[in-house]
Amino acid sequence: MLEINFLLIFIILGALVAINVKDLLSAVVAVGASGLGLCITFLMLKAPDLAITQLVVEILCLAILIRATARDDLPFSTSGRWLFNTVATCLFLAVFLYAGYQALKNLPVFGSPVMRVSEFFLNEASQKTHATNLVSAINLNFRAYDTLGEATVLFAAAIGVMSVMRKKARKKLGEKDEG
Amino acid sequence: MLTYFLCLILFCVGLYAIVRKRNIIKIIIGIIICEYAVNLFLALFAYKMNGRSPIYSPRQEIVNMVDPLPQALALTSIVIGLATTALLVGIAIRIYEKYGTFDITKINRLKG
Repeated sequence: MLEINFLLIFIILGALVAINVKDLLSAVVAVGASGLGLCITFLMLKAPDLAITQLVVEILCLAILIRATARDDLPFSTSGRWLFNTVATCLFLAVFLYAGYQALKNLPVFGSPVMRVSEFFLNEASQKTHATNLVSAINLNFRAYDTLGEATVLFAAAIGVMSVMRKKARKKLGEKDEG
Repeated sequence: MLTYFLCLILFCVGLYAIVRKRNIIKIIIGIIICEYAVNLFLALFAYKMNGRSPIYSPRQEIVNMVDPLPQALALTSIVIGLATTALLVGIAIRIYEKYGTFDITKINRLKG
């Protein structure tokens, strides 16, 4: 499993470059590289559906972020309590890492998952749904309400983006032009 | 164990960007990195050593499949992550048009 660790280190390096570089467009490109590394990692982890979805989402995300950053840049400012803020953040992250490390010790070893619920899907999905792809069988048959909720969230977010990005408000019925 | 820990470090990198950075675009990038880490953790947790992808095929030599349930849930999570990112970027663009800056400490017109 050495190659997965190397890919993870590549993703972490991409993320570090993305949050430390000064130019915003470079940061967006670096986070895009990190996302494509994640896509390859999904392929290594035997999750082709996730890899395809991640690729499409990554490209769309890059386009949206470039739309936001394609304007004149702003200067990098380090005024205020720079040292105090950095030290406090690093201390918080150290405590978080320690707690996460203690919690990760209780997980099963990497490569041997607890498949108590999935036994049912693995045994019954072929007869009950006649689908060859188990992930789509779970998404569209056993957990169809989950997918319905996902579509609801997606359309709510689309309506939110439309209402935020609209240039002019709609006029009321009796209102005159240019007040 | 090392793989899980690297995933945790990736989450911490995103968290650092959210807590520490002052540029709104950098904060959004931090949120995206956190989403990557969580989706990656679900896919890592589903992996079975020397398994194969959860797709039936007529001539299969490897009998072990990886866990399909976390993959199905992560698929939902990825798509919702795109929707929230689009909404965040939309709000950030409107803030830039109103205040002329991406710096969160300069957005203080409501201060009394």
